[in-house]
Amino acid sequence: MTAAYPSITPGGMGCAACAVAPLATLQAASAPGAGTRRVLLTLPGAHCAACISTVEAALLAIPGVHAARVNLTQKRAYIDAAPHVTLEALCTAVAAAGYEVHELHEASLLNAETERQGRDLLMRLGVAFFAMMNVMLLSVAVWSGASDATRDMFHWISAAIALPTVLFSGQPFFRSAAASLRAGKLGMDVPISLALILASGISLFETAYSGHHAYFDAAVMLCFFLLAGRYLDHRTRALARSAAAELAALEVPRATVLRGGVATVVPIADVAVGDLVQVLPGARVPVDGLVTAGASEVDRSLLTGESLPARVVPGMPLCVGEVNLTGPLTLRVTAVGAGTTLHRMAELVAVAETAKGAARALADRAAALYSPLVHVLSFSAFGVWMWQTGGDVRTAINISAAVLIITCPCALGLAVPAVVTAASGHLFRKGLLVKNGTALERLAEVDTVVFDKTGTLTLGQPVLQDARALSGDHARVALALAMATAHPLAVALAHSLRAAGTQPARLSGVTEVPGDGMAAEWNGLPVQLGRADWLGATAIDTTATYLRIGDATHAFAFADTLRPGAQDLITSLQRSGMAVAIVSGDTGPAVCALANRLGIANWHADMRPDAKAAMVAALMAKGHRVLMVGDGLNDTTALASAHVSISPANALDAARAASDIVLLGKDLAPVAEALRIAKRARKRIIENFAISGAYNVVAVPLALIGLATPLAAALAMSLSSVTVSLNALRVK
Amino acid sequence: MMEILGILIPVSLLLGGIGLGAFVWAMQNRQFDDPAGDASRILIDTWDTKPMGDQKPLADPEPDTQV
Repeated sequence: MTAAYPSITPGGMGCAACAVAPLATLQAASAPGAGTRRVLLTLPGAHCAACISTVEAALLAIPGVHAARVNLTQKRAYIDAAPHVTLEALCTAVAAAGYEVHELHEASLLNAETERQGRDLLMRLGVAFFAMMNVMLLSVAVWSGASDATRDMFHWISAAIALPTVLFSGQPFFRSAAASLRAGKLGMDVPISLALILASGISLFETAYSGHHAYFDAAVMLCFFLLAGRYLDHRTRALARSAAAELAALEVPRATVLRGGVATVVPIADVAVGDLVQVLPGARVPVDGLVTAGASEVDRSLLTGESLPARVVPGMPLCVGEVNLTGPLTLRVTAVGAGTTLHRMAELVAVAETAKGAARALADRAAALYSPLVHVLSFSAFGVWMWQTGGDVRTAINISAAVLIITCPCALGLAVPAVVTAASGHLFRKGLLVKNGTALERLAEVDTVVFDKTGTLTLGQPVLQDARALSGDHARVALALAMATAHPLAVALAHSLRAAGTQPARLSGVTEVPGDGMAAEWNGLPVQLGRADWLGATAIDTTATYLRIGDATHAFAFADTLRPGAQDLITSLQRSGMAVAIVSGDTGPAVCALANRLGIANWHADMRPDAKAAMVAALMAKGHRVLMVGDGLNDTTALASAHVSISPANALDAARAASDIVLLGKDLAPVAEALRIAKRARKRIIENFAISGAYNVVAVPLALIGLATPLAAALAMSLSSVTVSLNALRVK
Repeated sequence: MMEILGILIPVSLLLGGIGLGAFVWAMQNRQFDDPAGDASRILIDTWDTKPMGDQKPLADPEPDTQV
C-alpha cells in the first residue's frame, strides 16, 4: 500500500520504464528555448460552467500565462506559463476569484502511467465492442439458417474481423496468463487465454473445412465482457489512487532553513543534517532535531496520542509531525528523510503488512477453485469423446473448446469489479475513499472495532468545561490574559468565556513567556495564566490551564470535542453486536472520561505504538476480524496489522498510507455506512458467483454431451454477464 | 436474392469501420479526458478560443508564440 506513495523524485521510481517516460517529457518541457512550464493546480470547489470561465479568465489575465485550461472531471487547472510566473501569483489569482486552490506537487507524475494504461484498456475495449457487434450481426444470419457457400462466406468475414481483434484486445489476458504460468500458478487468465486461442483456432479450422459451427462471436464477446471488467477495475483503482495522491500532494513538505543568518524556505529534500531549521508557532515540525533556541510547547497528539501539550526547552529532541504551539523554535537537524522517526515507523508498517498478506480476495479464492475444474472438465471431455467416437479428433476438440467457452469466467471477471465499482462510487459520494480493492470484502467480515482517541473519536480541539459556572474576577482576568495570546488552550478559554458573557478585566504590563504562559498586573496584584508548574499550582489530571491571582490559583479544565457522528457510530456499532474498544496513548483519566461518555467499557490508556499493534495482533490471533480507526503516527503499525483500517483525512500522511479507507470529511458517521455497504457488496459478490455458477450448471452438461451450439454459448455468456452487472448495481 | 448481400456486407463493414475509426481518433485526441468539463463548456457564452491541445502533465510544450 505504501506503493501508492513512492518518493516522488523521478529517480526513486520502481521500474525503469516508469522512470524514463515522465523524465523524458520533463526534460522536453524544461528544454532551453521552450519558454514555458506546466503547472498543475487542484480546485476542489470547481463544479460548474461559470467556475471554468472565471478561473480561466483569472489565470489568463496574469502576464506570462500562455494557456490555462480547467479540467472539471479531475477538478484541476493545467497552466502553461513563462518561467518567471510564480506559483504564488497563480494561486493568489485563483483565490481572489473565490476558489479554494492548492498546488499539485508532482503527484501528476504518478498518474501519467496509470492514465496511459487506462487509455490502452479503453482502446482495446472499444475495438472488441465494434468487432463484437459486427460478428454478432453475421452470426445471427448463420443461426437463422444460412447454409453452404453463404455460411462459409459469413464465417470467413467473421474470421477476418475476429482474429485481429482477439490478437489485439486479448493481449492483457495473454500477458498475465504467461506471467502466471511462469510463476507456476493457474490464475483466472490461463483458462481465459486458452479459451480465446482454442475458440479462434478451432473456428478457423472449421471454416476452412466448411464446418457448421464457428465460435468467432463467442471469442470476441468473451474479450469484450472480460475487458469491461478489467476496465472498471482499473478505473476504480486509478480514481482512488489519484484522490489519495492528491491528499498527499496538498501538504507539500517545506522547511524554513537558517543559512548564514538568512531564513529561506526550501523543500524538505534539500535539508541536510546539521542545518538550523526554524519552526514558527502553529507549524508542524518538518524534521527530527534538537532544540537550540527558544521555548515553547508542542502538541504531540499525532505521535503519542497524548492530548496534553508538552513543554519544550533548548536541548530537547523533537520529531517530525509534532506541532509547535507558542514560541518560535530553532532546531539543529539530527535526521532527514530515511533516518527520521516517521520513516522508521514506515518500515514497521511494511513489516506488519507482509505479515498480513494472507488476506486473499474473494475473486482469487474463487479462481483458485475454478481454474483447475475448468481444465479438468475440458480435457476429460476431449478424452471421453476421443474414446467414444473412436479417435475423431475434430469432434473431440470441438467439444472441449465449447466446454472451455461456456465455463469461461465471464461473469466471474465482471462480477467482482462491477460490485466494487458501484460500492466504492457510492461510498465516495458519502465521503469515504476506498484505497484498496479488497478493503470492502475485508470490511464486511469485521466483528471488532478498535478506535484511537485523540484526533479520531475527538477532534483534538479543547473546549472549556462548565464555562457557565465561571464568573467573577478570576473569569474576567483569565479572559483578558487569554485574549492576548494564540495558544490553543487560551483561544478556547477566551472563546468560551466570551460566549458566557464575561467582560475582560483591565490589565497592565501584559507579557508572554513562551512555553510557560502569560503574565500581567491587575489592580496592583501580579496575575499569571499558564502551566501549573510555572504558577506553582497543583496540577489536576485532565488537560487544564491555570490562573494565579496574587497567591490564589484556579484551574480551568478542558475536555476534547467529540468528532461529529462519533456517539451515533458507537451506539449503532454496539447495537449491531460488534465489540468496541478504545486504545489510546493518552493518560488514564482522559481516556476514562471519554469512554464513559461514549459508553465504551473496554478502554486502554497509556498505550505505546507497539503496544497498540500488539493488542490488535492479539485480537486477530484470537480469530477476531479487527477494524482499526486511527489517525496518528502511533497508530500506523496498528492500522497496518489490523484486518482492515480507516483513517480520517487530517491524519498524518503515514497513517493515511497505511490505512485501507480514508474518511474525507470531519464526520465519523460514514463509517457505519461503509460497514453496511461492505456487507451488501459482499452479499452481491457471492450472489453473482451463485448466478454464474447456476448458468454453468445448466450449460456445461449440454456442452459435455455435445449439444452446445455457438448460439447456446453466446446466449449463456451474454445472459450471465448482463445478469451479474444488473445485480451489481443493486449494491446501494 | 443473395446478390444484395454483395452490397450490404461491404456497406455494413464500411459503416462499422467508420465508427471504429471515429473511436480511435477520439481516443488519440483525448476526447474522453474531461467529459464533465465538455458538458459544461457548451453553456459558456464566450468562444473557447484557447483550447489547450493536450492536458498531459508535463507534456511537450506548445511552441512559444509570444517571443
